[in-house]
Amino acid sequence: MLDVEKIRDDFPILSREVNGHPLVYMDNAATTQKPRQVIQALVDYYENFNANVHRGVHTLSMEATDMYEVARNKVAKFINAGDPDTVIWTRNASESLNLVAHSWAKDNIESGDNIVLTPMEHHSNLVPWQELARDKNINIRYIPMDDEGVLDLSTIDSIIDDHTSLVSIVHMSNALGTINPVKELCDLAHSKGAMFLVDGAQSVPHMVIDVKEIDCDFMAFSGHKMMGPTGIGCLYAKKNLLEGMEPFLTGGEMVLEVSYEEASWADLPMKFEAGTPNIGDAIALGAAVDYLENIGMENVDEYERELTSYAMNKFVDVEEEGGKLFGPRNPTQRGGIISFDTPDIHPHDLGTLLDQMGIAVRTGHHCAMPLVRSLGVSATSRASFYVYNTKQEVDILVEGILEAMRYFRDGVR
Amino acid sequence: MALGSLNDLYRDKVILDHCRHPRNSVVPNSPDICCEAVNPFCGDEIRFQLKLDYKSRIKEVGFQGEGCAINQAAGSIVSDSLIGLTLNEVVELSKNFSNLMRASLPEDVVAADKEAINLGELSALYKVREFPVRVKCALLAWTALDKGISDLA
Repeated sequence: MLDVEKIRDDFPILSREVNGHPLVYMDNAATTQKPRQVIQALVDYYENFNANVHRGVHTLSMEATDMYEVARNKVAKFINAGDPDTVIWTRNASESLNLVAHSWAKDNIESGDNIVLTPMEHHSNLVPWQELARDKNINIRYIPMDDEGVLDLSTIDSIIDDHTSLVSIVHMSNALGTINPVKELCDLAHSKGAMFLVDGAQSVPHMVIDVKEIDCDFMAFSGHKMMGPTGIGCLYAKKNLLEGMEPFLTGGEMVLEVSYEEASWADLPMKFEAGTPNIGDAIALGAAVDYLENIGMENVDEYERELTSYAMNKFVDVEEEGGKLFGPRNPTQRGGIISFDTPDIHPHDLGTLLDQMGIAVRTGHHCAMPLVRSLGVSATSRASFYVYNTKQEVDILVEGILEAMRYFRDGVR
Repeated sequence: MALGSLNDLYRDKVILDHCRHPRNSVVPNSPDICCEAVNPFCGDEIRFQLKLDYKSRIKEVGFQGEGCAINQAAGSIVSDSLIGLTLNEVVELSKNFSNLMRASLPEDVVAADKEAINLGELSALYKVREFPVRVKCALLAWTALDKGISDLA
């Protein structure tokens, strides 16, 4: 059993107050808080090891290079990538997706092909493909979903077809919490000769991820949503694909040999890491992986499922007051993200009121504008959990929402 | 629960009243200017229609919007403040109001506090300053008007 109070003690920010109340941080789908171990890894690197990597013969440079590559190894193991060369450092999941669009899709997707997405994609797994489709004659298709935001696979054979070159799917929706059946869809994509990309930004931080088991060709995710620092993310890709791909950015660090006329590319993974990389944040992400492994991802998953079920039950009170929950009702089909609408009070007004009670939630379209519009609202409020959230905090959230609804109704009506 | 200065904001009589009963919601016949603005951050929308008289003063205003309470109240209050103004005066007022809302240097804030008192019902919106992320909600109406007027020129 997981000791939440002990975990909370590792997060300095969780003991601060906001607007005179203890912070209740429930905006984890946007970014997560960092444990002392991650912050300390950054401090330790800059105080004791700071040097550029892969180029110095001096001690500091060798030590920094070791730490940087050890961090890559940790991340590779965390998602069961096997070979660490298949993990490319990027700034974030968005950059990882853009890397695939630029370095793989541009050269491999032909005019007349199609790309299959879901209606619940984050803008980061939507706009790069729209841009590609604008340049080439490519169709973007969407797998339909039902009213609860669960994919409807009844017509999937007519959507993923022989002209599909890429199926790119969010594993866990940041706006609905829906967990999509990536393994099943990956098999389907492969049976039609299409590549399969998983946007793991919301899933990698919260559940056991095994890229070998899914057999996905690409997976993109961010460090800062899994207790790591901002500015570091990853792209996993199968080695043969990476080897065949042209670089995304060019310049220093990513070359083997350069003359005044031309250059040849370095081996993996450096071919995709032009310029001095984000060394400190990569090392700190390695510390975040250690921290999560130490808790155990099975335990993180189990605890968050229990917390989400508890919250769904609590939200019945909000629903009785006219509130509406989006996303799957079935707790096995969803993660710890609760997106909801409240009558008579706009999400932004609710967000401001909750903030006055020290509760941090996200309000808006959650970078999924077409999806939120299709729900028939201009914005939703979203509470998203991590392993350090507690049932007591869920109680405070729900009581806060009810109080804000009453306050606003009495005040405004 | 202490909602502190929110009491002043959401319980302010002027904001409350405009939120409950938005003014000028009817679209005038054959308006001279139609403009709108969307806040991509939250999806709030606001639309204005202006009808001018023979001296290019605003004779009639239509305002419609969707979104949060601040945006709705701001649209309604602003719509009331436009009657009788020339387009140049609207641009001037918009600039002044935005400057007041965005004042950040201490001496500018002191001056803004003083000036805000003389803005009539618009001064109710000045309180939104205390919630910096919501200032955009209070300014969306002006964004729409600025755009509509500059498109005309």
